[in-house]
Amino acid sequence: MNRFIVPVVVFLGLAAVLFVGVKHSPDKNNMASALLGKPAPAFELPVLGDPGRKLSSRELAGKPWVLNVWGTWCVECRVEHEALLQIAAQKRVPIVGLSYKDDDAAATEWLRQLGNPYNVVAVDKEGRTAIDYGVYGAPETFFVDAGGRVQYRHAGAMTQEVWEREFLARLAGGAQ
Amino acid sequence: MVPEFGQFALVLALLLAAAQAVFGLVGAQRLDPRWMGVVRPAVAGHFVLVSAAIGVLIYAFVNFDFSVAYVASNSNSALPTFYRVAAVWGAHEGSLLLWAWMLSLWTLAVAAFSRNLPPHFASRVMGVLGVVSFGFLLFTLYTSNPFDRLPVEQIPADGRDLNPVLQDPALAIHPPLLYMGYVGFAVAYSFACAAMLEGKLDQVWARWTRPWTTLAWCFLSVGIALGSWWAYYELGWGGYWFWDPVENASFMPWLVGTALIHSLAVTEKRGLFKSWTLLLAILAFSLSLLGTFLVRSGVLVSVHSFAADPSRGMFILGFLVLMIGGALILYAWRAPLLKSQAGFEGGAREAFLLYNNIALVLGALVVLIGTLAPLVNEALGKKSISVGPGWFSRLFPYIALALLTLVAIGIHAAWKRGRLGDSRGRLFAGLGAGVIAGLLIVSIGFGPGKWQSALGIVLGCWVIVSSLFDPVDRWRRKLTLPRAVIGMTIAHIGLGVNVIAISTVESYTIERDVAVGVGESVTMGRYAYRFDKLEPVEGPNYDGVRAEITVLRDGQPVTVLHPEKRNYWVQRSTMTEAGIHSKWNMDLFVALGENLGGGRWSLRAQLRPLIDYVWLAAGLMALGGGLAASDRRYRSRQAVESTATSTPTAPAT
Repeated sequence: MNRFIVPVVVFLGLAAVLFVGVKHSPDKNNMASALLGKPAPAFELPVLGDPGRKLSSRELAGKPWVLNVWGTWCVECRVEHEALLQIAAQKRVPIVGLSYKDDDAAATEWLRQLGNPYNVVAVDKEGRTAIDYGVYGAPETFFVDAGGRVQYRHAGAMTQEVWEREFLARLAGGAQ
Repeated sequence: MVPEFGQFALVLALLLAAAQAVFGLVGAQRLDPRWMGVVRPAVAGHFVLVSAAIGVLIYAFVNFDFSVAYVASNSNSALPTFYRVAAVWGAHEGSLLLWAWMLSLWTLAVAAFSRNLPPHFASRVMGVLGVVSFGFLLFTLYTSNPFDRLPVEQIPADGRDLNPVLQDPALAIHPPLLYMGYVGFAVAYSFACAAMLEGKLDQVWARWTRPWTTLAWCFLSVGIALGSWWAYYELGWGGYWFWDPVENASFMPWLVGTALIHSLAVTEKRGLFKSWTLLLAILAFSLSLLGTFLVRSGVLVSVHSFAADPSRGMFILGFLVLMIGGALILYAWRAPLLKSQAGFEGGAREAFLLYNNIALVLGALVVLIGTLAPLVNEALGKKSISVGPGWFSRLFPYIALALLTLVAIGIHAAWKRGRLGDSRGRLFAGLGAGVIAGLLIVSIGFGPGKWQSALGIVLGCWVIVSSLFDPVDRWRRKLTLPRAVIGMTIAHIGLGVNVIAISTVESYTIERDVAVGVGESVTMGRYAYRFDKLEPVEGPNYDGVRAEITVLRDGQPVTVLHPEKRNYWVQRSTMTEAGIHSKWNMDLFVALGENLGGGRWSLRAQLRPLIDYVWLAAGLMALGGGLAASDRRYRSRQAVESTATSTPTAPAT
């Protein structure tokens, strides 16, 4: 055939490569991609209101738990707080708070005023644990299954609806 | 309610783009003036509607409408107004809308300035542009609607803020310029497709296409330079080019676009290289689309890819296959018909332009291979590896040096029967002057460095000297100096300056990474940077620390630099703001690193000679291009009258 066909043939080869590339690319929009199904990053952090004690992620192993990243500086955390209190009242799963780059006194005062939905709050002053979890901005909530693997990540304010649809469904799924 | 108007306007714009495509292409095929008459009103309406849509999005940003998901993700009540407007194109959805708006702007310009063209040809050009618009708007509405609302209970009290990396004046205007360039190549692409559909390509076609292509290239040049400048002072590493996939995505169309500009010159002057010019016109836009695909689909990870989504990737890929594959099939079918009549000799100017074209396309190919290598690897099932800057910086300089040599020699060659022997005098005079100037710069200014850099400086000087011969000669003989010649000269001087600057920066930068406490200094040659103090700073939506660093030359204070490290509250991310003092011959650069504890901080201190000329040179190139594109012969009606009499050739079937 003629040489003018060469460009289209080369392009189709390139398109095939790109097709494979797209097929295999991780879903970055759902930003938990790197962690989904992987073991939750380990941490050992001081506990809010109990400076002598350290909370290790090993203590949480064996049962499902939820990690909620929050800070008093975060407007949306205030928005989701009411929903968190209701969720905590159901006592379906322990909720671990991660006080993210925050002032301890401010965090304690916040919980005293608004109520405390957390079973325990770990203090991540430097934000290192949050980096391990790939936190993009507070609030974010992670679901970790009994095997210690991250099963879901929700970025933004928690709502009753998200809780039921994404978290409770996974909790029930894990129990079967 | 207001955001819905934006979405509605986009849907209407989509329909008008369809009308523009159908009436434009089918109308030209049927040679029906009533069908073709629909096209221009459709183009105008399309522009108004897309403008309305982008206006609505700006309105939503300025007024903190966090019920719009895109606004909630990319704005914040503490964000200054300027960045709230710039945030419109701060992420994926708005970028696409900006893309679509610029396309509608270019199309409007084509509609306005194509009245001298044969109606069926103009109609086809706008028809093809309509297809492009339709694809982009469909993509926007289908996968990336910027007007999507959040459910009432999820409307946040405040937004998640614009990515702090993007909160910078240069980056606010960098994407619009870059897109103006990318999208501008759509015009050259449409001219090429129209010519192939007509089965006719002559010198007049090249004359129509040239100013559009040059203009798009100018925007792209400035856009790339701004992006590089931004990376230099905002990313805080002191580099200006990282061979990052996103940078490469803008560089490839630029290289091919440069080749296209020169190939078009040959097609216009001599009626040669017709099929080659067509192919370059298709490739320049294809690479622009590919760039968009790479950035937006998430197949390649880069510091620039802020949002990515595979479903979008599939859509763009499909669009890519239709637009590029379609054009290339048309090319395989029609290009064989476009035989060039004349020949040329190996020493003629057209021959040198061909060699240059080969060097430019080769350069683009090197960048393309380096950029896609990780993907190919992955497709072959190997582990995803990234090709480091090594691949590019090993290969690209040689191509650039070869290109420069060809430019310096080719400038002297005459059209058609040119032989190098004829311009022997100028050639050796230029070479001599260039070598002397280059060696002077190297020996007096900087001392010995890498041989590639010395060669680059010499070649850059040679190009500058060579490009001055013709205009100076015209001026001395009191001949007219058309804008095209002045523009070409300025652009070539820009190329020379650019290469001299890059060669110098690459070889003669002094860099120290040190840990210092208050009162300590770091010495580099005659310069010393003294860490004087550290103080807290607070901005509208961030806080941080600012260092005060006094720069001393031979013990005398020169300036005080204030590098900063900022914490943006909402996204909780840390940004470096480098402290830079620009002198005429070098930049004094310092970036604040990590707090090492005990009052000590890591500092990156640099002396970067001539770095500002890298970007200044891009400005010269763009200025030259702008002058050339505005040359009066593109505005004369004479060219049109010669073809208006010839009957349109109906395409063979």
